[in-house]
Formats: sequence, structure tokens, C-alpha cells
Amino acid sequence: MADYKLLAVYEDDDHLVKAVKETKAKKHHIDEVYTPFPVHGLDKVMGLNHTRIAIASFMYGVLGLSVAVWMMNFMMIDDWPRNIGGKPSFTFFQNMPAFVPIMFELTVFFAAHLMVITFYMRSKIWPFKKAENPDPRTTDDHFIMEVSAAKDNIQSVAEFLHSTGAKEVSLKQS
Amino acid sequence: MYKMSNKLRLFSFILMVVGILGIGYGFLQAPGNEAEAKEMLASHSDHHGEEHAGTASHDEAHSEAEEAEHVEHAFHQMANRPWSAFMVPMLFFFFISVGALVFYTIQNVSQAGWSPLLFRVMQGISNYMLPGAIIVFFFMLLSTFHLNHIYVWMDADTVATDEVIQEKTPYLNIVFFLIRSVVILGAWLFFRHKLVSNSVKQDEELNLSLYKKNLKLSIGFLLLFIFSEAVLSWDYMMSIDPHWYSTLFPWFVFASMFVSAITTIALVSIYLKSRGYLQQVNDSHIHDLAKFMFGISIFWTYLWFSQFMLIWYANMPEEAVYFVSRIENYKLMFFGTTAINFVGPLLILMNSDFKRVNWIVVLTGILILVGHYFNFFLLIMPGTVGESWHLGIPEIGSLLFFAGLFIFFIFRGISKLPLVPKHSPFLKESQHYHY
Repeated sequence: MADYKLLAVYEDDDHLVKAVKETKAKKHHIDEVYTPFPVHGLDKVMGLNHTRIAIASFMYGVLGLSVAVWMMNFMMIDDWPRNIGGKPSFTFFQNMPAFVPIMFELTVFFAAHLMVITFYMRSKIWPFKKAENPDPRTTDDHFIMEVSAAKDNIQSVAEFLHSTGAKEVSLKQS
Repeated sequence: MYKMSNKLRLFSFILMVVGILGIGYGFLQAPGNEAEAKEMLASHSDHHGEEHAGTASHDEAHSEAEEAEHVEHAFHQMANRPWSAFMVPMLFFFFISVGALVFYTIQNVSQAGWSPLLFRVMQGISNYMLPGAIIVFFFMLLSTFHLNHIYVWMDADTVATDEVIQEKTPYLNIVFFLIRSVVILGAWLFFRHKLVSNSVKQDEELNLSLYKKNLKLSIGFLLLFIFSEAVLSWDYMMSIDPHWYSTLFPWFVFASMFVSAITTIALVSIYLKSRGYLQQVNDSHIHDLAKFMFGISIFWTYLWFSQFMLIWYANMPEEAVYFVSRIENYKLMFFGTTAINFVGPLLILMNSDFKRVNWIVVLTGILILVGHYFNFFLLIMPGTVGESWHLGIPEIGSLLFFAGLFIFFIFRGISKLPLVPKHSPFLKESQHYHY
């Protein structure tokens, strides 16, 4: 395991993406990249796995739809049948058109909220969490790539990072 | 330059010839008078006759008058059948070609960077507008001569006894109807001609003033279109049921034509790619078209359901009759169409990767086109043919004829233009487009 982490600071997202490509090509290990905004194509260049949140969101939607069907059936058919606007409220199917908006809304509600919560959990973010980024400038206009290096080649990696267009390179001991 | 292959040309001609035979058969077998209609009714279904026998024993005198009325009604429906069968694909394919032009002008107005490579496909599909509009206009002209009973408000005897239609005669009268058709169809053709000829002129030299001209023309066309499409959808389709109206009807027709047009653009692009043309069109372009197919399909369902649910819930007889006639006589088609047009694209095209697989897009595209043909069928048939409908030789013949005509004219349109709009300002972006 490499004990040392080098922080390379970039000022432009295009330079960052180019640097990530070059660093990958040199087979240096990139631990993390900190950016102030989502950089298009960065995940592909870093070789991150494709997100599975779409699948999760589909399942949450199906869950929301099921909850809506169950809820409307329980409320309007089983527990307390009501006659609204002269509609025969004896079977779920006969009243279905009136329930479609609720089914739609709950599908969206479940998919949206559970997806956000899932995203927070997977990203390990919660209220009052202390920021993990090594430099507050990454929340403004700077980009930082964190590269790990073994003790004996810190110098050569740092020089390489400079050659990729880093504005500054600093050492962070872990 | 694309050159239409002889095979495709032959295929379109075969479709047209077979289609004409089917249309001709439809007109020949339609009853010429009430006696023939009565004979056909009797021979068509024995159980139908039995039902009538049952009511006849109940009240002899009353049922005879009813029977005569029924025969007259059925005669008009059967006489209408070949006309309606002709009308469904006629409007369907014409509106597809208009929808392609609308899509093209939207690309111009939004200054989209992904799509210029597909401009010639869109312009080529809009090439069918001229023959389509001529056929539509002559069909409407013949309708005003009372050769058919598709538009009941054109019949002076009916209007004389119908107060609801009488109130609408300032709008629904033959002269104004024809004026509207001429003006609107003419305006659409004018804009199409201007837009395409400017785009072709731009191929010769880089000229930004032509680009700006097309931008302004596109804005003008879209403004005109959104109002005139409403007028034509009232005139051609909603006025078939002159007592009934729905305020979102034009949107509903628009959604149907728009999704069919985008699907046609995707299918034609994939076809051209498979023949070795348009090699710069990549999966990302197809992905974008498939996203539109997915989105507009859901938009169509949204309008379908909005229209259905409000009328179902309010349950006012004069509105509900529209859906009663459809659910009673067209139950499977009515709900089946909704299933095809909603559940199909929803489940197949939801996955992002599937939108990039060409054969899946083609499969879903065919599904969407079939579904929206039946959507047009359901807009027109219940009001003109009613319970006497069949899906037989006249319907399929008309569909084949217009499919052949459509294929012939769109590919002829594409073959007349260079496939890449060379000096389109956003062409570079389109060539390097990737998602």
C-alpha cells in the first residue's frame, strides 16, 4: 500500500480530464478527484463503474405504484366504500381511472425521494457531516486529483503531475 | 448523394398497385342502395337476424319502422366504409410528413447541434406533403359533393333538424371549410418549399443570411402550425362527431402525428445507415431520436388519459357518447391501442442502452407506427362507419397504397438532395456528437 498521497491542483476541467487520462495511461493510481461541479465524461475517463441508480429508481417506482394500488384499494374499496359522483365504488377495476393520478403521483414520489436518499447513503453524506475534500478551493473554481505514490518514487510522480499541467502539487500523508 | 434502389422503387410500386386493387374492391363491394345493404346485412350475420326476430315478436309495428331505420343507418355506414378506410391512412401519412417538417423547424428554432446530419432525412420525409395535401384536398372536395356521408354537417337535410349543428354553421359550412383547407394546406406547402430550397441553396456556399432566413421562417411556421393544426384537426376529425367536442383534441392529434413522424425519421435513418449512407450518424443520434419516441409516446398517453378521465368522471351524456361508441364497438382496439402506444415504448425504450440498439429501435418504431395507425382509425371510424366496421380488404388496401406512395415520395425526396447539409452552421457539432 502506498502511504503517500499527492494532491495535484488544476484550474480547468478540460486540463483535468486530460491529466486523468495521462495519469491512467502511466498506471498511477487515482484515489479520488474533487471538482466543484460535475465534469462531463470524467467518470468514463476514470474508469468508474456505470451508475446503477436508474435500476434502483425503477424498482422504487414499482414500489410506489404498488403502495398506491394497495392504499387506494384499502381506503376506497375495502375499508370504507364511498359513492363519489355516482360512481359505483364496489370494485377496484371499475374505479381505476379515478385512481390513476394517485398511482402516478406516488410512483414519482417514491422514485424521486428514495433515489435521493439512496444517493446520499451511497455517497456517505448526511446532515452535519464534516467535509472530506482536502482543499476548500475545490468548492469554488479548482479541481484536485488525488494520486497515491510509494515512498521511493514520490518525486518522479510529482514531476509527472506537473508535466500534466497541474498548477501546484502537494503531499498529504495519510 | 443517395440513389433510390430499384428494389425499393419496385416494392413501393407493388404496394401501390396492390393497394389500388384493394381500394377498388372496397368501392365495388360497398352497397349502392338500401336493398343491397339489407341483403348484405342478412347474409353477413345470421345471429344478427335472430336478434331482430326476437324483438319483432315483441312489438310488430314498432320494430318494422325500427328495422327500416336500422337498414338505412347501416347502409350509410357500409357506403362510408371504403371512404373511411381510404381516409385513415391518407391523413395518417400526410400528418407524418407534416410532423417531420415540424420536427425539422423545431431543430432550427432551438438551434440544435446534434441533428443537422438528419436534416435531409426530415426534409425528404416532408417531400410527401405535396402529393399528400393534394389527395387530402380532393378527398375533402369530393366529400362536399355528398359522394359520402363522412361529415354529417355537410348534409343540409340533417342540419335542418339539428339545432346543435345549426349553432355551429357559422364555422361548419362547406365554403368556409374548403377555404380553411386551401389556405392552411397552401401555407404549409409554401413554408416547406421555402425552407427546403433555402437549405439546398446553402449547400453551394456558406451563407449565414440563408441560415437566419430559415430560422425566421421556422419560427413563423411553428407559430402558424400550432394554430392551423388545431383548425385542421377540428375540421377533418373532430367534425365527424359534430355534437361532441374536446378542448385538447388538437393536442391529442398532434402528439400522435409527432411521435409517428419522429419514429419515421428514426426508421428511415436506420434504413439509410444499413445501406451504407449517412455513416456519420452514430448511435447517439439514434439514442436521441429514441428518447423523443419514448417521451412523446408518454405525452400521447397523458393526453389520451386526460381526455378519457375527465369525460368518464363527469359522465355527461353528450360527452360520454364519444367513448361509449368506442368501447362498445371497438373495445379490444380501443384499449389495445393504448397498451401498444404506452406500455410498449415505456417498457422497451426505458433502458438507456436499448435506445442505442438499432434493431430494438426499429422493432419499437414499427410497434408505434402500427399503434398510431389504429389511433387514427379510432379517431375516424367510429363516427363514420360505427358498428359496421371491419379490418378487411378496403382498410388494408388503403394502408398499403398510402404506404407505397409515402415510401416512394420520401425516398425520392431524399435522393434529390445531398445527404449532408454541407454548410449548416452546427454540422461539425453533429458530426462529433456523442453521449
